[in-house]
Amino acid sequence: MSENKGVWVYSEAYDLSLELIGKGRELADKTKTELCAIVIGNNVQGKAADLIKYGADKVYVADNATLETFQAEACLGILHDVAVTYHPETFLIGSTRNGKPLAARLASRLSAGCIPDCTRLNIDEKGRLVGERITYGGNAFAKITFRTKPQIVTVPSRAFEKPEMKDHTGQTIKLEFQVESPRTQLVERKPLATSNVRIEEAQYIVSGGRGLDKKDDIAILEDLAKVIGGQVGFSRPLVEDRKWSTDWVGLSGHKVKPKLYIACGVSGVIQHVAGIRDSKIIVAINKDPEAPIFEIADYGIVGNLYEVVPALKEALKKQLQ
Amino acid sequence: MKQAIDVSQLKVDAATRQLVTASAPKKMSDFDKNALEEAIRIKEKLGGEIVTLTVSSEDAKAVLREGLAMGADKAYWVNDSSLQNVDTWGTAYVLAEMVKKTGEYDLILCGDSSLDSFSGLVGPRMAEILNVPQITSVGKVTVEGDAVVAERSLEDASESVKAKMPALISVTREINQPRIPSLMMIMKASKKEIVIWSLKDLNIEQDKISPRTEIVDVLAPKMERKKIMITGESVQEIADKLAKALVQEGVIGRK
Repeated sequence: MSENKGVWVYSEAYDLSLELIGKGRELADKTKTELCAIVIGNNVQGKAADLIKYGADKVYVADNATLETFQAEACLGILHDVAVTYHPETFLIGSTRNGKPLAARLASRLSAGCIPDCTRLNIDEKGRLVGERITYGGNAFAKITFRTKPQIVTVPSRAFEKPEMKDHTGQTIKLEFQVESPRTQLVERKPLATSNVRIEEAQYIVSGGRGLDKKDDIAILEDLAKVIGGQVGFSRPLVEDRKWSTDWVGLSGHKVKPKLYIACGVSGVIQHVAGIRDSKIIVAINKDPEAPIFEIADYGIVGNLYEVVPALKEALKKQLQ
Repeated sequence: MKQAIDVSQLKVDAATRQLVTASAPKKMSDFDKNALEEAIRIKEKLGGEIVTLTVSSEDAKAVLREGLAMGADKAYWVNDSSLQNVDTWGTAYVLAEMVKKTGEYDLILCGDSSLDSFSGLVGPRMAEILNVPQITSVGKVTVEGDAVVAERSLEDASESVKAKMPALISVTREINQPRIPSLMMIMKASKKEIVIWSLKDLNIEQDKISPRTEIVDVLAPKMERKKIMITGESVQEIADKLAKALVQEGVIGRK
């Protein structure tokens, strides 16, 4: 009886939009419907054509010189128009700092439900879309479904694989739209100084926690990270209490999924664990044998990180030679 | 201001992987505490009145009193048993109706997310319903005349954004360190007013806030880790053992 159809994806972050296409394709195939992508920006015809090769059946394009940078109200207006015109069954929206509020606003404008930050999405045996998200500070996974349509889901970066570019065919369609005027004014935008790749993308992470005595000791972790070609991360107390960095690894910070995560002097509160859960191998080094981090580690060493980390660096160097 | 489950004290039934939420201690959601602290700091500079808004079907009095002790002037609480299954859609709708009923306002401050459900949807939904400008992920706020300027952090940049008031701001934990009320403040707060409303008082039909989503289940994750403790005579020996294990796992190796 539902007139809503199609899986529709949008993210202002291009890489994330590809990940949404990968997952969206799977959901569309399972429910025998179309996968549609929305592209908003300036001179985005090339990107739109690529999204078809990645798996979209239709790409709706809002191309306008005023849309060079992300504008919440403009995007909201366009997505709302799409919803009213085409009646999507499902929206997958990238859960960035801009994308999540956008999804929330769209949901309220449409009197719709929204499930944020789904790290898994499936169609269950009853044919329902079920999203899985971390909740209760990392203590649990909640499986949630919808009672109404459209169904709006937000998806964090790196939750799903980026698909391969294939010779998939489809069509691009130009959207007719009016740019909804902004409610806020951007005074200044400062790109964050990041010399390294973003920690979400890192394959190897050496992270430090309260077991580090002083800021200079980060160098010990950096030395180890260098040997394995990885990055250094921090637990929340080092950022919130000691201000050693601006970013932490954890549920409320950066969620990571490297091949190897080495936690040095990190106690392993649930908040942190929820952010590293998808790592392939977790190593814990902590002087406290009772530290909860050992419960979720593949390999644990009870010892002084100031001795163990340099020794591990030398041992790995030997293995890599 | 949400009364949230204190997730750090949440217990899990190991056999069923169910969370023991019924007996779990509750507290003011920490992001909301930051929002209230920021409101108090703005009031200390510019004057005005602070009211807190809470939607809860459970007894939230202790949390409301804590907010009043910190420095809020008045607390509004929609306490209605039919709010039990409400989701972010309904919560935001009720909050927006509360805002309308309380009258004129300049600024709505809320937490970027809640401690327990961590959705981050209610603030933006509420601003949308009220049709006011919104700024999310805010780490610094300044009121300048009839406008608010906020610094927000994004994945790859920080932005300074200006909005004309009335507006809604949602704050992160970094914005401030919330005060702990003194005994004096707690005593003074006991005289402050808590206004309790039902949905009927707000003319909200049950249908209007019926949940758009449905929870299938909530289970503690399975942690399938090897939990191998590496020991040895010396640090070198331990480190060598671990390095070899990592090579065998295939996560470390020559390219």
